[in-house]
Amino acid sequence: MANQFCTFFVDGLYFGVEVRQVQEVIRALDMTQVPLAHNAVKGLINLRGQIVTAIDLRTRLGLAPRPDGSEPMNVVVRTDDGAISLLVDEIGDVIETSDDTYERSPETLPVSAKDMIRGVYKLPNRLLLVLDNARATNLEMTVPK
Amino acid sequence: MIELDEITREFLLESNEGLDQLDRDLVALEQSPKDQELLARIFRCIHTIKGTCGFLGLGKLESVSHVGESLLSLLRDGVRGLTPDRTSALLQLVDAVRQMLVSIETTGKEGDVDYSALVAKLTRLQEDDAVSAVPNPAAPKAELAEADPDQEPHPKKMGDHLVERGLVTPDDVRKAADQQSAGDPRHIGEILVEQAHVPPQAITEVLEAQTVEGARGPASVADGSIRVDVGLLDKLMNLVGELVLARNQILQHLVSNSDSTLGATSQRLNLITTELQEGVMKTRMQPIGNIWSKFPRVVRDLATACNKQIRIEMEGKDTELDKTIIEAIKDPLTHIVRNSADHGIEPPAVRVACGKPAEGRIYMRAFHEGGQVNIEISDDGGGIDPAKLKDKAVAKGLLTAEQAGRLNDREALNLVFAPGFSMAERITNVSGRGVGMDVVRTNIERIGGTVDISSVKGHGTTLRIRIPLTLAIIPGLVVTSHGDRYAIPQVSLLELVRLEGDEVQRGIEVVYGAPVYRLRGKLLPVVVLNQALGFTTERWKHEAGDAVDVVVLQADGTQFGLVVDEINDTEEIVVKPLAKQLKGISAFAGATIMGDGKVALILDVSGLAEQAGVLASKSERSKAEAAAETADAIGDRQTLLLFRVGRDHRLAVPLSAIARLEEFPVGSVESAGLQRVVQYRGDIMPLVRLDELLEGVTPAEHPSDPLQVVVYASNGRSIGLVVEQITDIVDQQLIIERRSRSRGLAGSAIIQDKVTDILDIGAIVTLAGIHDNADSALVGAGAEA
Repeated sequence: MANQFCTFFVDGLYFGVEVRQVQEVIRALDMTQVPLAHNAVKGLINLRGQIVTAIDLRTRLGLAPRPDGSEPMNVVVRTDDGAISLLVDEIGDVIETSDDTYERSPETLPVSAKDMIRGVYKLPNRLLLVLDNARATNLEMTVPK
Repeated sequence: MIELDEITREFLLESNEGLDQLDRDLVALEQSPKDQELLARIFRCIHTIKGTCGFLGLGKLESVSHVGESLLSLLRDGVRGLTPDRTSALLQLVDAVRQMLVSIETTGKEGDVDYSALVAKLTRLQEDDAVSAVPNPAAPKAELAEADPDQEPHPKKMGDHLVERGLVTPDDVRKAADQQSAGDPRHIGEILVEQAHVPPQAITEVLEAQTVEGARGPASVADGSIRVDVGLLDKLMNLVGELVLARNQILQHLVSNSDSTLGATSQRLNLITTELQEGVMKTRMQPIGNIWSKFPRVVRDLATACNKQIRIEMEGKDTELDKTIIEAIKDPLTHIVRNSADHGIEPPAVRVACGKPAEGRIYMRAFHEGGQVNIEISDDGGGIDPAKLKDKAVAKGLLTAEQAGRLNDREALNLVFAPGFSMAERITNVSGRGVGMDVVRTNIERIGGTVDISSVKGHGTTLRIRIPLTLAIIPGLVVTSHGDRYAIPQVSLLELVRLEGDEVQRGIEVVYGAPVYRLRGKLLPVVVLNQALGFTTERWKHEAGDAVDVVVLQADGTQFGLVVDEINDTEEIVVKPLAKQLKGISAFAGATIMGDGKVALILDVSGLAEQAGVLASKSERSKAEAAAETADAIGDRQTLLLFRVGRDHRLAVPLSAIARLEEFPVGSVESAGLQRVVQYRGDIMPLVRLDELLEGVTPAEHPSDPLQVVVYASNGRSIGLVVEQITDIVDQQLIIERRSRSRGLAGSAIIQDKVTDILDIGAIVTLAGIHDNADSALVGAGAEA
């Protein structure tokens, strides 16, 4: 059985989210910062009248901050709590994977990211990390800085 | 299948409505057992439910309502009288039916609860004082058929009208009718025109009159209204919200656009949107009577359970409120009413002994005032004894006896809102679990309302609730902080103040790093929004020459000034909830979309105040109130000792609180353990340096020599407070304007035209770790020395 993934890049890493969970992908939008919030919350965007919280995956996954001047892309995913936008560096293709290339995430991943990566697909030329949306958007699990 | 679902849903809706009415009617029936109209209505309701159940194949529900119906038919026919037992049983029947309806709604089945006891009870009650007829199961239906024509009289016929007008005799009409039934196809009017020489003009008039009558009939009332799903209304409301935002955006664009057609169209769009918004809001408005209607039943049940006699009166039942607000106040109101009935109203014997009528009265009133809805619930019960409240608070450890002693009656009454507080002597199934009034207040404040209590011992208690009309679209003030816009709900806004030039220096003073503002002689704590939102750590920073905008706000009865970078405008804002990732931030109530399409956060004024420490947090509130009360209690003129600590901090303490002023040469200070002490009157007196102890004071580099010491004595022990300099002794009225959040201070007051902090010696002693009665630490230290 094949799975479809919407893929994107964050700090050179190749991530995927199940296509069914993705509402849309859009360019950077005007963002309103939220003071006092968790540091992964980059702000609020107006998505056609709907207010959507944007979470920076770089911060969330404990990666290096995005270099100045580069605009992130919004991957809007559906969660139980409504739409949430994940800020990523660059959008990849929608790809199909097969279950026999799947493996659990390596034990050596840093603790900060391990919880949020469900597993790995071994693609011919690179690894696809499967993001666990529910955990990535649940900021209560980690203590804000 | 869908068809059936539709029918079932309709049945549930109708039945639930009917049951609410039934509750009310049954209680009303107790007051006037002979009211045939009420009885008929109750009977009809149960009958309808029974009938529809049979149709839908809900056997259990049908059998239960059937026994109820039988009993009701006996009551209606006067064969049996209404006894409290019967009323209770009928109310239980209503509950049982409701329970089954809920079960049908959630599971599609009637549920497994066994109602045979209730059925037996209802059957027994039919026969209890049986004299003659055993109820005939067929009877009710037959009677209903007879009763129906009385309930809905047919419109008067043509003949009746003409007879009434004296144009024909009843005989003529009968003849014409006979002719009709014999096969004449013409209308009765036409026959009469021909035979009884009635002018056609009269027939036309009567026909018109009949049409008018018909239009007033019940059928047309039903035609004029439809049921709408609340979900749909909510959706409409959201859409209108969006429309309002879109309109705002267009209007903003219009400023920079001179196209006249666009201008005119936009104006029209503006008007229509406003009207639409009002219209949709109105669809969500419901009379408060909808939730009040269950109170007669609640009160009746309680009164029966507690053996009391209670009458409930209501005024302003048709006062309208937004549905969401109605839902939100339902539980708090129920709680208050239960409280009134359970421990407000006294038992009849006690009431009579006090010279009051045996029957207690709960009075509910609702009315609009100033864009808000006021709800009052009062009872003529025993009232609340402030002294008793204080004792209770002390016993529960919410207050110390000393603090309690300082509370005035009004503040003592507000103790009922303290968490964990209960006045009930014992816990009943009704109330007394100690979570009540605290939750009432929280719930009401959550929707932007306030609640206040007043009580006269022996005469009753009144609760006043003020709540906004609607929540979805609110007027707000837009301000800027650190480049971003924030909306402040207008309800919390008191006034705007702009300080320019040297007004800033004169207006805003800094006490222990905390800025305060003097607004017409009253001290307001000042919160800098930039600091509250974490953009800067400085509590107060001002560049000479800059103007300062202060937004004066009110939260939970406390006023404070919010310094913002810029005040922009007022705007209608549509409140949207924040995602759960942001729910934990108390400073924000939600977000909204501004005219330019950008998102702005809505400030939660009480959350902000609490976070900034302007409000004492809940558990500390009563203590803070007690501390503030120090001021009121000693509001008369009194003698104050003024002194300075650290480099330049002015402090005052009531002279009555201290024992002596002393000077000690620096060389006489010895140490005992970690404590600095001096020998004083043959004893060892610990010394406390106030400049080191109090927060925000810059300690003096070298203490003055000799040391200036304020001696405080308690329980035969003395403690020396080292200050920099004793400056003055004044005799004046002490009004503490601002409660302090700094430890060791009771608050600030204006003394000799300067803001001066008032020392709370009791707190200082605790703070310094010296306890009046702590023999261990002090005595131990003394022994070592």
